[in-house]
Amino acid sequence: MTTSVPVEQSDYAHPEKLVSTAWVAEHKDHPNVVVLESNEDTLLYSTGHIPGAIKIDWHTELNDPVTRDFIGPEGFAKMAASKGISRDTTVIFYGDKSNWWAAYALWVFTLYGHEDVRLMNGGRDKWIAEGREITREVPDVTEGDYPVVERDDSTERANKAQVLDSIGKLPLIDVRSAAEYTGETTHMAGYPQEGTLRGGHIPTAESVPWATAANEDGTFKSREELTKVYAEDANLGQTDQVIAYCRIGERSAHTWFVLRYLLGYDSVRNYDGSWTEWGNSVGVPIVVGAEPGQAPS
Amino acid sequence: MPAQTIEVLDELIADFQDLPESDRLELLLEFSDNLPEPPERYAGHEDEMEQVTECQTPLFLAVEYSDEEDPIVTLIISAPPEAPTTRGFAGVLIEGLSGQRASEILTVPDDIPNRLGLTNALTPLRLRGMSALLGRIKRNITTHLS
Repeated sequence: MTTSVPVEQSDYAHPEKLVSTAWVAEHKDHPNVVVLESNEDTLLYSTGHIPGAIKIDWHTELNDPVTRDFIGPEGFAKMAASKGISRDTTVIFYGDKSNWWAAYALWVFTLYGHEDVRLMNGGRDKWIAEGREITREVPDVTEGDYPVVERDDSTERANKAQVLDSIGKLPLIDVRSAAEYTGETTHMAGYPQEGTLRGGHIPTAESVPWATAANEDGTFKSREELTKVYAEDANLGQTDQVIAYCRIGERSAHTWFVLRYLLGYDSVRNYDGSWTEWGNSVGVPIVVGAEPGQAPS
Repeated sequence: MPAQTIEVLDELIADFQDLPESDRLELLLEFSDNLPEPPERYAGHEDEMEQVTECQTPLFLAVEYSDEEDPIVTLIISAPPEAPTTRGFAGVLIEGLSGQRASEILTVPDDIPNRLGLTNALTPLRLRGMSALLGRIKRNITTHLS
């Protein structure tokens, strides 16, 4: 039996996808709501989380250890059910690092066609900064009833071959830092090298660092500000198909969320292989320097 | 007498290895919770400590030495609460190494993070950050002794 959960109002293209900390505080105990915390640091949930929230670990729970891909349909159904999620559950994601990993987990749920997924604006830091309650108590979970559904990688996800084929045809957005884009480094500041052989970017990709979409407190900028950043400054227009990438797909999941749900682009794909795959791949072109560069002839 | 230090660390490693994988993170959390605060003299003076840039979150290290040819080493590590895995590993190193002789610490194997049995639970990036912390400690000692 579905119990629908009210949608928060905003002027974003899909206002139902983004909720405030206040909204979460009010609705988190609704019988059809499950709140998932997805962090880069796997221990962070254990140090304190929103009461009733359940941990999801992107590294150990969303990835298949053998295929270097996401878990398959049966694994996903089992994982979701174990967190009390059924197919019609409203799932709210939040986490550390301005919601990078929360957006990433939400994106994986989207690949599996889970309809009602929402992101908590500002993430974990904003909840704590507002002095809202956190707890170390891990909630008891009543197993959900989740069907085995096929993942659809065709609409929201891009693979290396598709990106290669898109150069010069579709807009590409590189959301890494400027130093990663130019090739000065292969990693973001403060992060160790991750074994990428070459620095630079995919030919023709525009540089729009993910943080361009965020305010100081980790919340998203207004729709008007975002429109200027992407539609005007990055020349995306409104009808383009877009592919976003970063280093391993988490920062670009953040940008995917912005383009897809806050600005309403119909076709946005996240290339999760990103620079760790592209920068190491044999036979694919790169560009070094501040200019997007030309498609290879 | 390198066996002394290795023995302390070996006990810690055994504590981790004796646990099922899922519980090892719980133990790491205990080390994170119990990471000693830097002494008062470092408060607000993190810039006088060495930043371990390989870690994903700001982490600062100071190494103090007794006045001997083979000094006793005191480790001080400052890591923020939003980096509990890093704090946890810092806690393991402080318990295992702080108070030991410099020569003994230099004999510690470099792959301690792997020996804790956390390779499946943590991302390679984070494990490398942990190895880098141990590497920095050893480099600091080597420089001090030279």
